[in-house]
Amino acid sequence: MTGLRERLAFKRPSGFGRSAAENSVLAEMRKGSDQSGHGSSPPGGQRDSTLKIAIVDESPVRAAILEDGLREAGFLQVERIAEHRNLLARIYALDPDVILIDLESPSRDMLEQMFQMSRAVKRPVAMFVDQSDRASIQAAVDAGVSAYIVGGLRKERITSILDLCISRFNAFSRLQAELDRAKDALDERKVIDRAKGVLMKAKKLSEEEAYALLRKTAMNENKKIVDIAQSVLTASELFK
Amino acid sequence: MSADKLRIGFIPLVDAAALIVAVDCGFAATENLDIDLVREVSWSNVRDKLNIGLFDAAHMLSPVAIASSLGIGHVRVPVIVPFNLCLNGNAVTVSPKLYSSLQGLADGNLADPVVSARAMARLVEERKKSNAEPLTFGMTFPFSNHNYQLRFWMAAGGIDPDEDVRLVVLPPPYMVESLTSGHVDGFCVGAPWNSVAVDSGVGRILHFGCELMARASEKVLAVREPWANENRDVLAALIRALSAAAAYVEDKNNLAIVSETVAKRIGVSADLVVRSLTGNLKIAPEGAIRADNRYMLIGGSGVNRPDPVQAAWLYAQMVRWGQAILTDELYAVAQSAFRPDLYDAALGLAPPPDKGTPHDGIGAFVGPKFDPAAIASHLDAWRIRRPGRPHLSVVH
Repeated sequence: MTGLRERLAFKRPSGFGRSAAENSVLAEMRKGSDQSGHGSSPPGGQRDSTLKIAIVDESPVRAAILEDGLREAGFLQVERIAEHRNLLARIYALDPDVILIDLESPSRDMLEQMFQMSRAVKRPVAMFVDQSDRASIQAAVDAGVSAYIVGGLRKERITSILDLCISRFNAFSRLQAELDRAKDALDERKVIDRAKGVLMKAKKLSEEEAYALLRKTAMNENKKIVDIAQSVLTASELFK
Repeated sequence: MSADKLRIGFIPLVDAAALIVAVDCGFAATENLDIDLVREVSWSNVRDKLNIGLFDAAHMLSPVAIASSLGIGHVRVPVIVPFNLCLNGNAVTVSPKLYSSLQGLADGNLADPVVSARAMARLVEERKKSNAEPLTFGMTFPFSNHNYQLRFWMAAGGIDPDEDVRLVVLPPPYMVESLTSGHVDGFCVGAPWNSVAVDSGVGRILHFGCELMARASEKVLAVREPWANENRDVLAALIRALSAAAAYVEDKNNLAIVSETVAKRIGVSADLVVRSLTGNLKIAPEGAIRADNRYMLIGGSGVNRPDPVQAAWLYAQMVRWGQAILTDELYAVAQSAFRPDLYDAALGLAPPPDKGTPHDGIGAFVGPKFDPAAIASHLDAWRIRRPGRPHLSVVH
């Protein structure tokens, strides 16, 4: 693996686009005839709209957020794969440069097969080869995203994609948390409404009076209104 | 004194029994260990989280520990094995359709792997002639006994597992569904998934792993070597807790409590766990039973002490199938990943004077006895192997 490490550590003066010659080097590498996967690195490094990215994620919302983020950042060839069936065949057909996969997906092990030598399949290179890269691995693991790089890509470009994915994943988690809170709030409303109904019927109260009673009881007992409402519902079930 | 906190990753499988029982039945607490057992969904996750230190230790496929130490397939991280969690426990399950095709081609009892491998080879030949799709088999990971056992068995019948059939990695929870949908024709997986396939009526267990190899290191406790060096006392306490738990699991008087405890952690019925632990498996949907007390060994004589012969065998499989090259250096690394010295020291044991049966430590169903000191000549005995060596001799 030392060859690859050296390659990943390769530094290039910034501010240069990729030349035609460099493009052909990259194309050559994408053909993947290099069985060891340790070919020489393309010296390019600008964000590359031709980079083909596959997102393997069973959560369509999160995959969409990731895809949008990648497109906004100028990555135009982004494909989503939501199904684990024939995953490898689909990936081979798509032939992506980068695969992003949710860490919570058992399908992740299927991708490991691509790292095996095989005459039919080009041998991809794992991104997390450079052991000095622990911080970014850690961040990816924490965010629940794992990236596999097919072919030889420069670390800087991968890092930018990964950073973007991590921030998108975190944004998704925040969104999910907000949705959960909103759902909880809605559920609470329903419980309180039903408890009001029980009280209105049993004690012949108006809606306002029923709510006032719940609120007063909650204050007296130092509990949340929804907890009192739940107790009312439980009790009314018992009295049925 | 406050307890030592450990985070240990595991995959919900019966062969994590010693680890689960150590945590849930108080053996870890007795050693003053506070273990957070973290359920994972993929071996890649377990490996990566161990590698980067999110886990202190992990329930791991034995070959993955060796592959990590060798730096093949992924990052090289020196991972060592101070405790063997399970010997054996896999089975090869096939669809009822494949089973009846094999029956039609068998020249003897299909329960004999020599017979079934030959029948498979005939079927593969027939399918080639009729231009049918190659048979597809699921296994759990490139570095796994599931992969190696399928290959070893098929190759014994004359099948080249890379050319004549398709082997695909499938996460265990997807195995049964894939067999049902016809995506695979069979698979090799650990417990309880073979039994789940039989119970759902979509699979028939053809062979137990122990019928192919009498003793195969299946799952190990893996730790990073630097961590082991920095936490010698904690590791010794963990080995003692696991050893006590493994003995408890092996004592059939505890079968009910052990099965319930394990079933709860892995999310299946206790009955499935009982079958796996006792080696009494329903092998066919209509109810036939096969019993083998070597089916899955969690504790007992020589089970938990890491055996460098097992490490050498697994390395030999990696070489045979083109995952690793054969060098003295890699051989030494693979063997020294298994650390019986740490096991002996933690338990205050002297190294055992003699090896158990079978005396080559592996007991494969065909082929020459395995000599860890002569991997090259051992591999030369096999006609079918990956690096494409000249055909030297045939062993059937």
